[in-house]
Order: sequence, then C-alpha cells, then structure tokens
Amino acid sequence: MKFPIYFDNAATTACDKRALDAMLPYFTETFGNPGSRNHAYGWESEAAVDQARQSIAKLIGAQPKEIIFTSGSTEGNNLAIKGAATMYAKKGAGEKGRGHIIAAMHEHKATLDPCKRLAKDGFDVTFLEPRADGLITKDMVEGAMRDDTILVSIMWANNELGTINEVPEIGKLCHDRGVVLHTDATQWVGKMPTDVERDNIDLMTFSGHKMYGPKGVGAIYVRRRRPRIRLTAQIEGGGQERGIRSGTLNVTGIVGLGKAAELAYEEMEKDQQHTLKLRKKLEDTLQEKLEHTQVNGHADRRLPHITNISFGFVEGEGLMMAIKDIACSSGSACTSASLEPSYVLKALGIGDDLAHSSLRLSLSKWTTEEEVDFAIEKITWAVNHLRNLSPLYDMFKEGIDISKIEWQSH
Amino acid sequence: MNPVREPGGESKQTPAHRKSFQMAYSKQLIEHYENPRNVGTFGTTKELKERKDVGVGIVGAPECGDVMQLQLQIGADGKVADAKFKTFGCGSAIACSSLATEWLKGRTMEDAMKIKNTDMVEELALPPVKIHCSVLAEDAIRAAIKDYNEKNGKAEEAHAH
Repeated sequence: MKFPIYFDNAATTACDKRALDAMLPYFTETFGNPGSRNHAYGWESEAAVDQARQSIAKLIGAQPKEIIFTSGSTEGNNLAIKGAATMYAKKGAGEKGRGHIIAAMHEHKATLDPCKRLAKDGFDVTFLEPRADGLITKDMVEGAMRDDTILVSIMWANNELGTINEVPEIGKLCHDRGVVLHTDATQWVGKMPTDVERDNIDLMTFSGHKMYGPKGVGAIYVRRRRPRIRLTAQIEGGGQERGIRSGTLNVTGIVGLGKAAELAYEEMEKDQQHTLKLRKKLEDTLQEKLEHTQVNGHADRRLPHITNISFGFVEGEGLMMAIKDIACSSGSACTSASLEPSYVLKALGIGDDLAHSSLRLSLSKWTTEEEVDFAIEKITWAVNHLRNLSPLYDMFKEGIDISKIEWQSH
Repeated sequence: MNPVREPGGESKQTPAHRKSFQMAYSKQLIEHYENPRNVGTFGTTKELKERKDVGVGIVGAPECGDVMQLQLQIGADGKVADAKFKTFGCGSAIACSSLATEWLKGRTMEDAMKIKNTDMVEELALPPVKIHCSVLAEDAIRAAIKDYNEKNGKAEEAHAH
C-alpha cells in the first residue's frame, strides 16, 4: 500500500494512464490549433477534438454538437447559470425583476456564487433547503416555481454526501413548464449511467478530473433540439465552440477527457460494483465497531463511491490529524477563521456538534479491499482514542444532555 | 510573525507535493497531540461538585468545534498539585490543553494566572488560524481557578485579579 492512502476521489481522481497516453502525442507531435483551417496540423488536432466530442456525447446520450468544452465545472456552472439567466431574462441589465431562479442550499460554491451574483444583478433566487436525507425532490422544486421562473439549477449528486437528487423528474417538470434545467453533474458523469434525452436535461456541467481524466478540462451539454437552449457567452473572443466559449481549445485536455469518457462508457458498471461493495463494507463495519456513528444522507439514493460519516463526540479536524495515513476530507472547516462547520451538513439540519465530527471518504476504481480494511482499523482506533480525550463523551456517558448545556461560545 | 515552524527544519528541501497537512504544524505541537500529557478527570461531574480541592473550567462550545475541560487540584500549600484535561477539538486545541496542564503543575494561583495565550502560541508555533485554541486554553485556566475560588469562598479575591 502507498501511504497516505487516497480516499479523496470526490476532490479529484488520478488520471487514468490510458487517458494520459492518449494525450501525450498532442503536446509534441500533433500540436496544431484546431482553429487553423488551412493546414494539416490544424486538421489533425480538429479530428482529435471531434473524436473526443463523439466519445463524450456517447457517454451521456447526446449529439456531438451539443458538447461545449470548458476548463472545468466551475467555468461550466458559471457559463450555464449566468449564460442562461441573461439569455432568458425578462428584463434588461440594470432592472429588477429580471426572472426567478431556483437552486439548492447545498449546491457547490461554483453554483451558489454565480446565483448570488445574479441575485445582485436583478434576478430573484430561491435556495431550496434539502430534506434531512439530503435530497431535493421534484415536489420541492414544483412548490418553489413561480410564473416568472426561468432557470432551475440542481446538482445531480451532492459532492459532500453523494446523495442523488430527483433530477430526471425535475427535468420533466421543467420541460412541462418551459423552464430551463441546468444540473451540475460533476460527481455524476462517468460514474452513473446518463442519458440526457431520457433524463430531460437541458444543460449539464461536468469535469475531466473527477472521472479519471486530466484537470483543467470539462464540458457542458447544451441541448439543441426540443427545446433549443441558448446561452450568452461569458468568455468572448475567437468564436470557438460556436461562439459559446471562445479560446483556443485545450486539445490535450480534451483528448484526455474523451478517452476518460470512452473508458467510463466501457467500464462504468464494473467500477460501480467495485466501489459500492467497498463503500458498504466501510460504512457497515465502522457503524458496527463504533457507537454513535452515522452515515449522513439518504441510505440508498447515493453514489457508490462517496460516504460522509459523523462520529459523535469527536472533532473532524482532530480526527484527520490522527489518521494521517489516510487522505480524506472533513466536514469541519476549523482551518478557516469562521469556525463554521460544513454548510452542506448544516443545510440537512445535522447538529453543529455532529457536523463538526464528520469525514468524507471517497473511493475510486483503484481502491483496494486492503486499503479499506486499513482505513477501518485506523479510524476505529483514532475515534476511540479521541473519545477517551473528549469531555463530551464523558458527559454523554454520565447521561448529561449536551444540547441542554449553555455553552459559552466565543 | 513567523507562523509556521516546519518539523526538522526541512521546509526548504520539501517539494510542494510532499507537504502533507501535518507539516503545517510544529514538531512540538505534533508531539503534544500524539502524546497528550495529563489526560483525564478527578471524578464524575457529580463528584467534582463536592470536591473543594478541585477547580473545574469548561470553555468553548460543540458548535464551534472546541470544548476544553481543565481540572486543577490544589494542594494544602495553595499550589497546583495536579492538573488534568479533556478536550474535544482539533489537534491545536488538544496540544494547547496538554501544554497548559504541564505548565500549571507546581504553580501558585497567582503564577497560574500569569500564563498567557501568547506564550502557548510561541511554544507550539501555532499558525494564525489556530490562535483561538490558545485563547481558549487561557480561558480554561481562568475558569478553573475561578471555580476553585468560588468553591472555597474566595470569589472576591478571584475578582481582584
């Protein structure tokens, strides 16, 4: 085993060597600009980009023309949300009441911040509070819809919890109402079967480095038929990607993303079964060995490779320090001056103490059972060790209700 | 201020990709975190209420991610005979409380009150985002002494400090 063991695949995955190998010739040999229409260098690069576009389209059930390359999901979310909102705005810039947008409170910051920007620019934004199990349902979106709703942006699967929202159902609702649906599918695409036609998607953002591709490249699916979705460009210039996203194409990155998409198409089912089996072992064994341990989010509607676990009476960052052989994330954000626990866990109504006590462990297709067994052993030891150090655990054992104490918070 | 002292002084040689997050912490801090001194309690909450020779300070809040419990046992000579702690919190919070118990033993109340959070910041080379942990530890010392004084009818004296 290589230490520290990598359990942070929801942050980024390693690039598959087969994707890297596909990319390499495009750095040094076939290095032309696909925009160069007058010589073979350009044509060869353009052919490589076209092939990647086809592989990606096949993975998600789209047409190649509906794929727009970006630098990743932060850019993709900005382009989809700001681009759709300004395109479908009911009033011009500088006015109020330009249209209503629905998003969720536990979206990634790359969705929340563009929405907040739009709220400052005259749009009304509703941030839906997820259910206690982390889900956003079709009924919740329907209940928030108004006559002037122009855009719904709901992530397909949540990055901290792995919970899966009712996106196809929400898409159907949006189509019935003539509202544009965008979904941030960064954690979803490449891991779960996707068909933009069946699933009623208008705009979908995803990224290479979450699906064993390279960093710095991603794509948005933009529906071209029934209905045709238009976006206002956010980056203007040479008119690449049909003017929706100017800038010389990142050919190497695109080739890597294309190869990753091809591999995902072929190997998804096997990878799913592998990660699901290991995730279940991790969750079941930790809950069995440690009392007051809960898996956050819906029990079944979750991605196979992400788990978020709270260990009562133990603080997340202290826990991470005790398991330094495991690279993972904590729901606690004690490193920031704010001392705010995860806003995602808070949005679920999870108490501040448990929100401070959580770890996000995310697996990959390369995670081994041996690594999972090591993690179980290490985490069990660390939680017991830190509980021995925890005054809250003593109070709990003495029957004192911690939530009833008047704490002197700073 | 130099916020970070790298362990082994190898900061210049360590390539960026090898810097794990532990390396943001000093050797002294990690040592206290991994081998905390004086962990424990002098009794249950109920028992401690009865014990006049023990002052208990509990500061922080679970929702802030830090709760420190410091207990000082005061001998007949008025000095700290023994000190114990339990802390829910990050590595820095645990290290600060462990350090505080070490420093407190053998001190008179007056000397104990002289321990400043800035001393702990220096000793453990706390990074700026972790300075609040030392503030909490200083608060815990004051709270434990206040509790001891109140139990022994010295509230006025405690106030004078």
